[in-house]
Amino acid sequence: MGIEVKNINKLFGEFKALDDVSLNFPTGKLVALLGPSGCGKTTLLRIIAGLESADSGQVILEGQDASNSHVRERQVGFVFQHYALFKHMTVFENVAFGLRVKPRRERPGEAQIKEKVLNLLKLVQLDWLADRFPSQLSGGQRQRIALARALAVEPKVLLLDEPFGALDAKVRKELRRWLRRLHDEIHVTSIFVTHDQEEALEVADEVVLMNQGHVEQVGTPDEVYDRPATPFVYSFLGSVNLFHGRVEGDVVHVGPHQLEHGGSSVANGSSVVAFARPHELSISKSPDAKGVHAVIERVLKFGATARVELIGVDINDHKKQQNYEVELTRAEVAGLNVKEGEHVILVPKRLSVFEHEEEVA
Amino acid sequence: MTRPLVKQSVIPGFGVTLGFTLAYLGLIVLIPLSAVVWKTTDLSFAQFWAVISEPRVVASLKLSFGASLIAASVNGFFGLILAWALVRYEFPGKKIVDTLVDLPFALPTAVAGIALTAIYAKNGWIGQYLEPLGLKIAFTPTGIMIALIFIGLPFVVRTVQPVLEDLDKEIEEAAASLGANRAQAVFKVVLPIILPALLTGFALAFARAVGEYGSVIFIAGNLPMVSEIAPLMIITKLEQYDYSGATSIAVVMLFLSFILLLIVNSLQAWTAKRTGREI
Repeated sequence: MGIEVKNINKLFGEFKALDDVSLNFPTGKLVALLGPSGCGKTTLLRIIAGLESADSGQVILEGQDASNSHVRERQVGFVFQHYALFKHMTVFENVAFGLRVKPRRERPGEAQIKEKVLNLLKLVQLDWLADRFPSQLSGGQRQRIALARALAVEPKVLLLDEPFGALDAKVRKELRRWLRRLHDEIHVTSIFVTHDQEEALEVADEVVLMNQGHVEQVGTPDEVYDRPATPFVYSFLGSVNLFHGRVEGDVVHVGPHQLEHGGSSVANGSSVVAFARPHELSISKSPDAKGVHAVIERVLKFGATARVELIGVDINDHKKQQNYEVELTRAEVAGLNVKEGEHVILVPKRLSVFEHEEEVA
Repeated sequence: MTRPLVKQSVIPGFGVTLGFTLAYLGLIVLIPLSAVVWKTTDLSFAQFWAVISEPRVVASLKLSFGASLIAASVNGFFGLILAWALVRYEFPGKKIVDTLVDLPFALPTAVAGIALTAIYAKNGWIGQYLEPLGLKIAFTPTGIMIALIFIGLPFVVRTVQPVLEDLDKEIEEAAASLGANRAQAVFKVVLPIILPALLTGFALAFARAVGEYGSVIFIAGNLPMVSEIAPLMIITKLEQYDYSGATSIAVVMLFLSFILLLIVNSLQAWTAKRTGREI
């Protein structure tokens, strides 16, 4: 139940926007479609809404095949990145729109419309703005009105296309907590599209990671962050240090250096990419430590943790300078007493190894 | 202590531009128009009334304003459709159609008049088929309307077109996702947004039609009481050296046009206010 898409394909000319995408969005969940721009996430959302049609494949809403039905019959609430409010109508009339355009026999009476609209405006905490026009509202308020408008028709599913994309950082942060609380209150199956990994991980029950028209990984925020299934997911979610090398026994050879990987399924001798998040690396000053040699470039000691930026030594990987980033507690940094320009060794506490296929961004 | 009348602004030059605007408007518009009124005061009110209440003059005023209103309305409707097609659809020859729209602007009006007369006359391309059906166009008020529609079309298309281009497709998608059918989306969402521009186009087309002379004069036939337009009456008076008589009609036309444009403008202000937009 909920929303299901099966084998969706979509071409824009030569460009493959969606490549055989099949997904299941469970009822009552808030799911994030996450990926870089151009990965097909918005196209998928618009296909689910019926604003775009797939070249092949099926869209199943609440168990019913909706592939061939028009957007107005699908009973989906759609929230646009740039709000798409009707600027010639008051906030009240915007929210009432979906009720007023219903066929006469389904249309509620004026008193019912009024009650319902005011309730929705209360739900989004903007009932005091009912008589204003959209141009008199702030961006965050407009998006909440757009959401109330979408909810007025009691949609089976709620689809949000980069809902906070046009807002500034502070309002974004407020609104995503607010969206989470709202969803806990109304429990409508919801999908929102975003390119902001922090937003996806913070708000969603489940995250779908997309890249170049296909799905990379589906899972809870914890799963995708802690156990990325592909190199793409690893590098897309949060900052990461990469090491290109070759597996031999327990170690990964990176240039003249060795890293212990602590067990991996990758075949001996194969060329690999190893990932470690900044907090999964430690800095050692003892010359016989097993790790990658680097020179400290900068030590940034503000905030709860300290960041150390380093440059790799003796690694001519793709003729590029290798940059590393390590996150340590302030106490650790003080204990190490590292100075800029000092030569140290990076030792991973945890290393994820993937077979090398292509260059990872 | 003196206080400046105009506060300092980040956009300088208010005084200069306002002064220039007033002087320019005065020179170009106000002085000639007041001369018209001035000349009319040569007549006593009784004489003035006698000129403008003459049946031929009344008939011509009715024809001029009536035909102009109808022509502007027709242009409002079809101009909107034309603008819509030009903005929304891609079709071969779109650029050419787009250019054709401006042609009535560029063509000498007399040329337009002669061409229209040739086509709609009894033996013309179109006239020869309409005449047997009992439809007379050339030398009737219908012909006048056609000429006025011809010259007024670009005004509506060119004022509505940019507003339609700015109209966000998402607005219509939002309406559809909320369950609105196509007619509801157009009448409740799209039309209210372009209405102010449409009204402007209507007003411009109307104003142009009221003052039009060249293209109408050939197709009108100029039968007294039937197809004589007000500008023609003015010319006739001028040819008889009856300057005050001519300006009397001009004053009435000025007054009526001013009232009608004022109504359109306040209608526009009202729609803008109703929809929360800055005027």
